[in-house]
Amino acid sequence: MWDSMQEIFANLRRNKLRTALTGLSVSVGIFLLIVLLGAGNGLIHAFEHNAGNMALDVVRLWPGFMSKPYDGLGQGHTVRFDNRDLRLTSAGFPGRVLRSTGELSQSSVRVTAGSENATGELRGVFADYADMNKVVVTDGRFVSPLDLSERRKVMVVGRKTAADLFGDARRAVGRLVVADSTVFRIVGVYADRGQMGSMTAYVPFTTLQLIYNKGVNVESILMRTRGVDTEEADETFRADLRRSMGALHRFAPDDESAIWIYNSTTGAKESAKAMGVLRTALWLVGLLTLLSGVVGISNIMLITVKERTHEFGIRKALGARPWSILRSVLLESVIITALFGYVGLVLGVVATEYMNVVAGQQTVTVADLEMPVFLDPTVDLGVALRALAVLIVAGLLAGFVPARKAVRVKPIEALRAS
Amino acid sequence: MSLIHLENIEKTYHAGAPLHVLKGISLDIERGEFVAIMGASGSGKSTLLNILGILDTYDSGEYWLNGTLIKHLSENRAADYRNRMIGFIFQSFNLIPFKNALENVALPLFYQGVGRRRRNALAMEYLERLGLKEWAHHLPSELSGGQKQRVAIARAIITQPQIILADEPTGALDSQTSAEVMDLLRQLNDAGMTVVVVTHESGVAYRTHKIVHISDGVIGRIETNLDPAATPFGEGGLMK
Repeated sequence: MWDSMQEIFANLRRNKLRTALTGLSVSVGIFLLIVLLGAGNGLIHAFEHNAGNMALDVVRLWPGFMSKPYDGLGQGHTVRFDNRDLRLTSAGFPGRVLRSTGELSQSSVRVTAGSENATGELRGVFADYADMNKVVVTDGRFVSPLDLSERRKVMVVGRKTAADLFGDARRAVGRLVVADSTVFRIVGVYADRGQMGSMTAYVPFTTLQLIYNKGVNVESILMRTRGVDTEEADETFRADLRRSMGALHRFAPDDESAIWIYNSTTGAKESAKAMGVLRTALWLVGLLTLLSGVVGISNIMLITVKERTHEFGIRKALGARPWSILRSVLLESVIITALFGYVGLVLGVVATEYMNVVAGQQTVTVADLEMPVFLDPTVDLGVALRALAVLIVAGLLAGFVPARKAVRVKPIEALRAS
Repeated sequence: MSLIHLENIEKTYHAGAPLHVLKGISLDIERGEFVAIMGASGSGKSTLLNILGILDTYDSGEYWLNGTLIKHLSENRAADYRNRMIGFIFQSFNLIPFKNALENVALPLFYQGVGRRRRNALAMEYLERLGLKEWAHHLPSELSGGQKQRVAIARAIITQPQIILADEPTGALDSQTSAEVMDLLRQLNDAGMTVVVVTHESGVAYRTHKIVHISDGVIGRIETNLDPAATPFGEGGLMK
């Protein structure tokens, strides 16, 4: 065995340039595969990270406008939600809607604390808004049911706002601020994930309705649901919602634009599908690149075998068994692929790590939310090793065809070859 | 039974127009003989030697080697016969160019599974016997024609085969080295090996003890030449 290895390495050394070029095509192939998969993973991770803003059992409703006249109301009539919609959605879909909460907002609110001030939006929410929208409270607490029923003037601010107002986010809890002309007590601070621009502060829904004179208006509805996560159930649920709310607001049950419905489960499904397509495409491109490397090896092995035919003839005349010749060609092919494949693999992993350092933290600001565009662009070691295994098997196959050809030649024909 | 027994061997090449090369060769070569197969080019003498060496196959007839019918052998068995029974000497030496003399000589032992240390020691012994000890670590390209052929002879005999098959062994050599090579072959024959030489040169053929004339695929005359020194082409006489 050791002897045959030495023979192979001697042979590889004799054709340094050729070995290097073949190896390069293999290395580049696996390098590109790893980098592509890494980059793809970066996009996918970032997308998943951004998509993770809402719990999966949440259905959200926004009012729209009527796209056709119905029941005496003209086309373009604007639908407005109010407390009746909350009651309707809470009670009207037993088993499907577990809870229905509303949301209201007041923009351009000036919040001051001493000489510091911040301007932005107050958002009136229910207690389980935090859970539904994955708002993470780092200090204090979020708006509670008691705050809502007693219409307390409490506020939950973002870390950045808290820091702007009080210097340190941790000192904010318990302090008083003035919003426009009303005094609020800060009861909690939430992680705003590096939110830029204007502030968003949460206050009890009922408080906001009262203070800003919103009457019974509701801007949008957030519902916790159950059993509407299949496409079919989702369709039925949408139709039922349109019919019931249409009866309340006098729009046609088939009017698609009168209310807007977002089901986070089906949304997640859509994006999962898109991510799946992206992933498949990346694998396909990567494997094709790999294939070109394998074709490269196969080519080189064909040439090598052709060149060495005379030598194989001599060896056969001296008593070499077919297997010993077959084995030497196969081993040569496998050694090239494994060795250079490994080099490509290591370089690929290094490149993805480099990408991680350079581009891994890149973000884009959409509205007031900062989102990563590229997150953790690395490849699973298992995937990398599997790619290497594929490559070695491919090397074996690439070597097999020329090797079998070499073995099948009659010794006298091999000896005649020059 | 003879060491080599050929009965009605026929061979046709099918490269373009069919070429009937051997048209029924029957021949016996006994153990310990020193035989020349002589003929013009195209007479089929090399084909015959290739069949004897199991480098080529034949179409019909029977070839018995040491009591075994050589027909439809598996590749592995053919390889083993070539390795243990037969030593080849070629006109163009057929040394592996990127291996030095020692490695070339040791190669048949590699295929017998002999360990590196032992086969190198044996190879060195044979090179020394042929006066090439100083050249053991030279590549074939650094050797003269005569030296190359002596390396090839060392390689042919290192497995102590029963038969040496030489295909125009002096074809690429000048007359003096040719004489040396033929002398070596005679020494091997004296030591008990059966030697078969294919040649078109009388000077080579008449240094053997039996000359088989072959022309146009059939055996003509078989001459016995028990005293090579007595003929004008024999030992001490004209080589080329």
